[in-house]
Amino acid sequence: MESPIISVRGLTVSYGGRRVLDGVDLDINRGEVMALLGASGSGKSTMLRHIIGLERPDSGTVLVQGIDINRCSARELKGIRRGMGVAFQEGALFSSMSVEENVELPLRELTTLADPVIEIMTYIKLASVGLGEAGKLMPQELSGGMKKRAAVARATALDPEILVFDEPSAGLDPIVAAELDELILFLKRAFQMTIVIVTHEMTSAFRIADRLAMLYKGSLIAVEDKASFQASTDPRIRQFLDRIPDNIAESQSVQRRLRELAGVTGAGE
Amino acid sequence: MSVLEAIGSSVIERLSYLGNLTTQFGSALDAFPRLVPFVGRRGRWRSALRQMAAIGVGALPMVAIVAACGGSILAIQSASELGQFGAMHLVVDIVVIAFTRELGPLLTAIVVSGRSGSAFSAEIGTMVVTEEIDALRTMAIDPIELVLAPKYLAAMIVVPCLTIMSSLCGILSGGVFMYLQVNMTLPIYLRDVASAILLRDVFTGLVKSVVFATIIVQVGCMEGFRVKGGPEAVGRSATSAVVKSTFLVIFADLFITAMFYMAGAK
Repeated sequence: MESPIISVRGLTVSYGGRRVLDGVDLDINRGEVMALLGASGSGKSTMLRHIIGLERPDSGTVLVQGIDINRCSARELKGIRRGMGVAFQEGALFSSMSVEENVELPLRELTTLADPVIEIMTYIKLASVGLGEAGKLMPQELSGGMKKRAAVARATALDPEILVFDEPSAGLDPIVAAELDELILFLKRAFQMTIVIVTHEMTSAFRIADRLAMLYKGSLIAVEDKASFQASTDPRIRQFLDRIPDNIAESQSVQRRLRELAGVTGAGE
Repeated sequence: MSVLEAIGSSVIERLSYLGNLTTQFGSALDAFPRLVPFVGRRGRWRSALRQMAAIGVGALPMVAIVAACGGSILAIQSASELGQFGAMHLVVDIVVIAFTRELGPLLTAIVVSGRSGSAFSAEIGTMVVTEEIDALRTMAIDPIELVLAPKYLAAMIVVPCLTIMSSLCGILSGGVFMYLQVNMTLPIYLRDVASAILLRDVFTGLVKSVVFATIIVQVGCMEGFRVKGGPEAVGRSATSAVVKSTFLVIFADLFITAMFYMAGAK
């Protein structure tokens, strides 16, 4: 079997003494859609930021295309980043530039293509996400779904092998979210991209992902294909899938604090 | 925490701030060749041009007014003292020397720091909050080259120009005062100015203005890049950009003045 395109080993990250990721191992294969699941605060966004090399881990390695992104030369890192497109949660479009200029930016900055070629490529990318007519608009004039699609157009401008997607369906209505799912599937089919998605939307994850990885309090508790993930009996996964709330108001710490506030000290305390 | 520990950690914090500032300054200089028209990356000089308009042209009226007020204040204050000794003609010298050496660069720097330093940090801070800076980095585009370097180049060109204009305004407003007070006509005033002005002083002022421009841009952008958290952090960064750059400008002014003084004393 081919070696994985992204390989995470022993990724450990702490912020201010709190361990956010605890020795996470994960392999992502070429051409698959991997959904990284987890509740808020489970460390999935942190993991994403480490996979795209925005932050350095305390320990552990992240290999992309076989190169350690935290120990490689600036030139190698540039190469890796060229082969990786990232669509951020809120789009992260440059607000001082039109949609068109946003998509053009990586082409202008990282290639020596002539202007007419850049214009054509930009139009193709925008048209492929259904924004062919929106090129002249400013990011502020776009709806939430359009922003995310524009972000995809920009992320795919250089035809990356890997597309990383942070919360594609967060903050979107179900119809627009479904459109975005279809777009992701289209990109996978059309360009054989490896796609990594961070999400907590189960419907979307099951629709588009080949495999799912579940983070729970900084540890990876499952990496499985769709069917076995759905059939999982792990209570932590079941809770996530079946939407069972934590009894936050009845937890022991709350009870204890309430008793303290009320001046009632229970026997034995 | 013991007092010693507190002192130590705050010293380390400030040193590391200066260290980061220096690194950022180095990368900005490194990016300069790519800003040159025709040789550098296409279109990059255009954004430097836009910044020149924003930093320089926008600040013109404000700098002119502040310098004119400063010139009049200085003339009035020194006239009230020197007049007692019948040394009114020295007012011209004082205004000219003070503005070319000191007040021209300093007043300009304070205006630019308040107008543009805060704008830099707010712009970059917002880009950090909306993940635009992260997006640039993941696209293998250096934010320093794309965002900071054009501002820096623009400021290096525009701030000395503003400084010259500021000195001119200050000196001319001194002339208006002299005309109103002792009926000194413009040709005579200008003759006195010409005899008081020294190329060396003008040069000192320009050196200062370049250093001040560096401080304002580097500190302003640094505060922006350091933003962590939400939109309220952007506001705080704008404030601290102005406070820190004004402080550093005055500190650097003292340092440069002392250097030139010692160099001249030899």
